[in-house]
Amino acid sequence: MINIIKTRIQQKYRTFVYPDGPPPELPPRFVGRPVVSKAQCLHEECGKCVSICPVQAIYLSPETKGPIIDTGKCIFCRQCEGACVNGVIQFSRNYQLAVSEPENLLVKAGVPDHCDARNKVAEKLFKKSLKLRQVSAGGCNACEADTIVLGTLAWDLGRFGMQFVASPRHADGILITGPVTRNMHEALLKTYRAVPEPKIVIAVGSCAISGGPFYDHPEQNNGAGGIVPVDLFIPGCPPHPLTIFDGLLRFTGRIK
Amino acid sequence: MPGSSFIRTVNAEAVDFRDIPVMDFADFRESIIEEIRAGGRISAMPACPAEDGLLRIIAVLSLPVSGEILIGSTCINGSWPSITPDCTAAHWFEREIAEIHSVTPNGHPWLKPIRFQPPHDISLQEYSLQCGNAKFLGLDGEESHEVAVGPVHAGIIEPGHFRFLCHGETVYHLEISLGYQHRGIERAMKGGPGVRALHYMETLAGDTTIGHATAYCMAIEALSAISVPPRSLAIRAIAAELERIANHVGDLGALAGDVGFLPTMSYCGRIRGDVLNMTALLCGNRFGRGLVRPSGTAFNLDKNLIDELMLRLKSTEKDITSAVELMFDTPSVLSRFEGTGALSEETAREAGLVGVAARATGMNCDVRNEFPYGMYCFSQLHACTWNTGDCFARAYVRWLEIRSSIEFIRTQLLNLPDGPVSCKTAPISKEKITVSLVEGWRGEICHVAVTDKEGRFAFYKVVDPSFHNWFGLALALRNQQISDFPLCNKSFNLSYCGHDL
Repeated sequence: MINIIKTRIQQKYRTFVYPDGPPPELPPRFVGRPVVSKAQCLHEECGKCVSICPVQAIYLSPETKGPIIDTGKCIFCRQCEGACVNGVIQFSRNYQLAVSEPENLLVKAGVPDHCDARNKVAEKLFKKSLKLRQVSAGGCNACEADTIVLGTLAWDLGRFGMQFVASPRHADGILITGPVTRNMHEALLKTYRAVPEPKIVIAVGSCAISGGPFYDHPEQNNGAGGIVPVDLFIPGCPPHPLTIFDGLLRFTGRIK
Repeated sequence: MPGSSFIRTVNAEAVDFRDIPVMDFADFRESIIEEIRAGGRISAMPACPAEDGLLRIIAVLSLPVSGEILIGSTCINGSWPSITPDCTAAHWFEREIAEIHSVTPNGHPWLKPIRFQPPHDISLQEYSLQCGNAKFLGLDGEESHEVAVGPVHAGIIEPGHFRFLCHGETVYHLEISLGYQHRGIERAMKGGPGVRALHYMETLAGDTTIGHATAYCMAIEALSAISVPPRSLAIRAIAAELERIANHVGDLGALAGDVGFLPTMSYCGRIRGDVLNMTALLCGNRFGRGLVRPSGTAFNLDKNLIDELMLRLKSTEKDITSAVELMFDTPSVLSRFEGTGALSEETAREAGLVGVAARATGMNCDVRNEFPYGMYCFSQLHACTWNTGDCFARAYVRWLEIRSSIEFIRTQLLNLPDGPVSCKTAPISKEKITVSLVEGWRGEICHVAVTDKEGRFAFYKVVDPSFHNWFGLALALRNQQISDFPLCNKSFNLSYCGHDL
């Protein structure tokens, strides 16, 4: 017993003060939300960003005369940034990537750098208690790991009444990772149906939003969207825990 | 003489594919059995279509005693006399070949799909087999019953289906049915390397990003005959050991949680994040995405970063030590760990186990020593073993490895070789085969790459350590209480997506 107390003192109090204080420090080389500047884009004369992107997340817009990056597909490999001749594409350190409307996943010149993840229905129903069932449907265990970590005492999601539960029957919604493999399709649907109404769906990681690195493989479904209605999209490969944490809190109106 | 017709090579070296002998099947079979009996391991057993509608099976055997890798092959026509009855370690490999190529190993004791993926010659639309729908081993009799779990489990964990054949509380056998994570990576690698190749490797098993990316880069570097700068090798090794520490710490915490010892569970969950954040210092990503590149590493370490890493390593070491020693000093934890899910060294060897699970039975196997690569050629780590083969041993080996990895990283950080971290790439040579072995945190990772006449991948085979070890979990659970499954499962902590590919 005395050892347990000694260790407890040695390990200190480690729960982050965020959102009441500043967020935990991100690594200097952190890759956050891309920014498309209004600088001179060579457009179709160049197109290097489009061809270098391994997951077809970039296309050129005739409307803005510049690139559009789909952060729901982007795996944040940063290759487009290196390929861009005029520095039109740059990756910021902004960790706020979660959005509740799919069109806000698109980053183009002139869009605000702040995304809106708030969902009024979720705020009304789940602000003080949100129980989620997690389903990994082809996830590589990175998104899963960055979701598990939210339950540890450093992030302590339980402070906000949020918790991952064992049965879909006990849940208010599901949190999906992975591109939804053909072999998990049915299991995901059954889990979704087992959650009582009203319910929400959260897609975490580029796989769950669009298929990620496996985009257009016949063995998967290009994300959860075609199978269940998604209410919150959290991009990243994998998203930093802070991105998921912040997304969940904004979604339920805990941070405004 | 057995093995005499096999070609001999070493870790991450390219040899002409035409030099791989095509042996008579009886010789092929006999040689494999002999080599495995003499202490060798089957590292991979890919197959590819050969002329006249035949199927060419290629055996990649690794010999820890000499540090050599043997490659041999044979051609079969639709079926072959199964190797498994005389060599248990081949059983999962034969099931894989049977599933992918629609062929039959005659006399295989338990033949059924391992991934529920369509055979290479039919399209996905034509494939009607439902994942998990196989003929499972049954158990009949009074008080016997079966418990089916998954694919969706209770925690935040990947999907897989488990079927326990029980008599009362005692598990007679555990049937493991996987494939839910199959994303078609090997199929997509064919004709590559394409723009996604490295990203496939980094997401093959997300918690082993560095391990698989390193094995892939070693294969590419061998095929294009380049040698990368020593500084990048050191950075790769540092990242690999950080990956090992992070996962081992996470596992020790989860093991504590599975026996209800909450202090260590809480501390280790947090400390795991601290270690992942050290990896993020290297490259911005907590799992090491974007760090390892074919030609070296994408990021360098400067003095400030090295100092910061040394500082964090010191405080993390202190935290880990107090959290883990607390657990191992607690009798109620030990009484749950000791004797649970025990495997003998003999069983582990026969089943072909690798990594932590094998070392916990006393097997002295570690690719970093046996088939040294990269920085491990210059800086040796001893293999950490224990001899009881139970959950305690699997936990304790992890703790030994954490300490040895911390010491290794410290040595590397203080003695980083000077010079650049990347070199020029070169075109990939044609009609070559290369085998790269890496000790991932779960155990031996094996990648086999074969190039065609245009220098593209004819096929790319990945063997994750989980491929060898899933059956070990089934064996460890025999005659255990069904309630000990979470503990046993976590003590192996195998990858679902690494297996399913």
